[in-house]
Amino acid sequence: MSRPPLDLLFDPQGIVVAGASTHPGKFGFVALHNVLAGGFDGPVFATNPDQPSILGVEALESVADIPEGAADLVFVCTPPHTCSEILRSAASRGVGAVFIASGGFREAGSEGARAERELVQLARSLGMVVAGPNGQGLISNPAKLAAQIVAPIPPPGPIAVASQSGNLVSAFMNYAAQSGVGISRAVSAGNAAMLGVVDYLGWFASDPHTKAMAAYVEGVEDGPAFAAAIKRVAAAKPVVLVKGGTTPRGAQAAASHTGALATDDRIFDGMVRQSGAVRAQTIEEAYDAVAAFATQPLPAGPRTLVLSSAGGWGVIAADALSKSKLELIPLPADLKEAIDGLVPPRWSRSNPIDLAGGESRDTIPEVIDLVADHPEVDAVIYLGMGIQANTASHLRSGPYFEAAELARICEYHERQDSRFAQAAADASARTGKPILAATELGITQPDNAGPATLAAQGSYCFPSADRAVRALHHMWWYARWRKRLLG
Amino acid sequence: MFGVGVLSEFESKQLLARHGVAVSRDKLAHSADEAVAAAVEIGGPVAVKLCGSSLAHKSERGLVRLGLDNSASVRTAADELLAAAVEDDGEVALLVSEMVAGCREFIAGVVHTEQFGPALMLGLGGVLAEAVGEAVFRLLPVSEADCKDMIEDLDIPALMAPLRGEPAVDQGALVDSLLGLAHAGGGEGVEAVDVNPLVIRDGLPVAVDALVVTTGS
Repeated sequence: MSRPPLDLLFDPQGIVVAGASTHPGKFGFVALHNVLAGGFDGPVFATNPDQPSILGVEALESVADIPEGAADLVFVCTPPHTCSEILRSAASRGVGAVFIASGGFREAGSEGARAERELVQLARSLGMVVAGPNGQGLISNPAKLAAQIVAPIPPPGPIAVASQSGNLVSAFMNYAAQSGVGISRAVSAGNAAMLGVVDYLGWFASDPHTKAMAAYVEGVEDGPAFAAAIKRVAAAKPVVLVKGGTTPRGAQAAASHTGALATDDRIFDGMVRQSGAVRAQTIEEAYDAVAAFATQPLPAGPRTLVLSSAGGWGVIAADALSKSKLELIPLPADLKEAIDGLVPPRWSRSNPIDLAGGESRDTIPEVIDLVADHPEVDAVIYLGMGIQANTASHLRSGPYFEAAELARICEYHERQDSRFAQAAADASARTGKPILAATELGITQPDNAGPATLAAQGSYCFPSADRAVRALHHMWWYARWRKRLLG
Repeated sequence: MFGVGVLSEFESKQLLARHGVAVSRDKLAHSADEAVAAAVEIGGPVAVKLCGSSLAHKSERGLVRLGLDNSASVRTAADELLAAAVEDDGEVALLVSEMVAGCREFIAGVVHTEQFGPALMLGLGGVLAEAVGEAVFRLLPVSEADCKDMIEDLDIPALMAPLRGEPAVDQGALVDSLLGLAHAGGGEGVEAVDVNPLVIRDGLPVAVDALVVTTGS
């Protein structure tokens, strides 16, 4: 009869903002504003005993006044002492899920901790699920739901996020808004009184809108259970973990050397490796990795080829590859021969392939196809996209655009970079191999035809060669773990 | 810490050997005469160490004598070590061990972590093990694949390849040692296991010193 509790949280039929406010500086205003601005499909209710309406929504006296069965989720912005009454009223109207944004619980001391425990007991007895408290909210783009007290509302996409820090949820969503590789669901676990990060990941694992997930964790209460849960989730979809608050202290300062070496960080690292997640050191690295997982096929092996029309970046990619478990393969002889037939002899004739400016109109798409199709290549890093369109941008804004009749060449440059990006995306789709395109222009000039064409396809433009290599390394690591797991 | 105990080096190595970990050839002696006889039986240069269940930091206290290649030096070492024992050391004996030659030393062990329970470790060993801090862990239980991963994670391929006239590390044998350690460390009544150094001799790992901490139950 009843839907799974996290379904109610992420795909509610209707939502109530409890403690909505007319004061734009208060969470109760921001929460209602965001729900409305996000364009939530279902009915939206608000409670405030002192106001007739807020942002055009009729303000009800209490949660008890919503029609029976009209809402599945209550988003609570009122102080801790009001929460148990809200839970009871909500339960009486058929609400099954509550997100408590309010603080003042465990993080505020022993009295708050007691209130939090009592709230969890009450929720259990009422058959409800409580997210938070002290959380910043959740995003559920398939439901057009932005039940949160922070920004931004990210574009929809294949990435799910769960975090013990609300601000880091925002950080992931900011990267998503900037890169265009968007978010399916995102949730700030807050104090995680009843629902922890792994509970959310478990739900994302079977969410059809999610292809890959990222999580930020600090404390882990039940380590073995955490490890087992991550392993189950990773068997379904890629998980990128960032661990905050690791201490350099060993587990035992006593007689054993092993104990002295057993730092939180090393133990967590080993757990991650066994459970099939990948671990990123920073949020930036985590976003690169999860975006790669969400938009590229997994590599079948470590054999990597670098294709560059920007010499130095090729060298940096090669350096990064040599420090990873990926293989910068020697350029296969038949590829060398094929490329010899396309460009003048000054090209690098090795991996990285640096065409050294010898390319003509169709060379790049042809070489992309050649390398992607080659049976000894598992993955491609493509560098130098966007250079022509950058020149076009410069010419367009310069003093001679009209006088020198530069429109035609600018359009050609832009068309070329758009073709190159398209060729990379098409070759990846055709061969089932990852082709990671990287250029800083994705950030410095996002409307550049190269990055813009990638973004329009939902692809991720890696901000640098080294970041692309690191993301590919995470992909290979996960692919290898899957191979071993599935045999 | 009630009920927690430490096995002597000799007992520790016997326990590990029962779980398939290769250990050095050792003989226990209770006098200088017995030590000399043991050295003759083992043959070649030997190490003599003071051995007891309260002697965790032997090298720090100078209770280890290495490379003794004649009966006179074994006898002198035995006399000195027995004389160096203090009351807090409890019951002590002499451990006479073959010298295990190899330029590569690892450290390996099992520890019970607060958050994740028992975990197996492999790291760079020797007296600088803690200072160097190159070590990787896996939670118990571990599979063969986990152990192979640990070796790869240590990420020093040059250390596994042929080195200074010694053959490459037999990775299968190293994996077997790790599995044996995990088995011993995850067993009933065992709180922690420490092998340092695990010396690579002719490509094969040999536990040269070991410490088993018991829960006492």
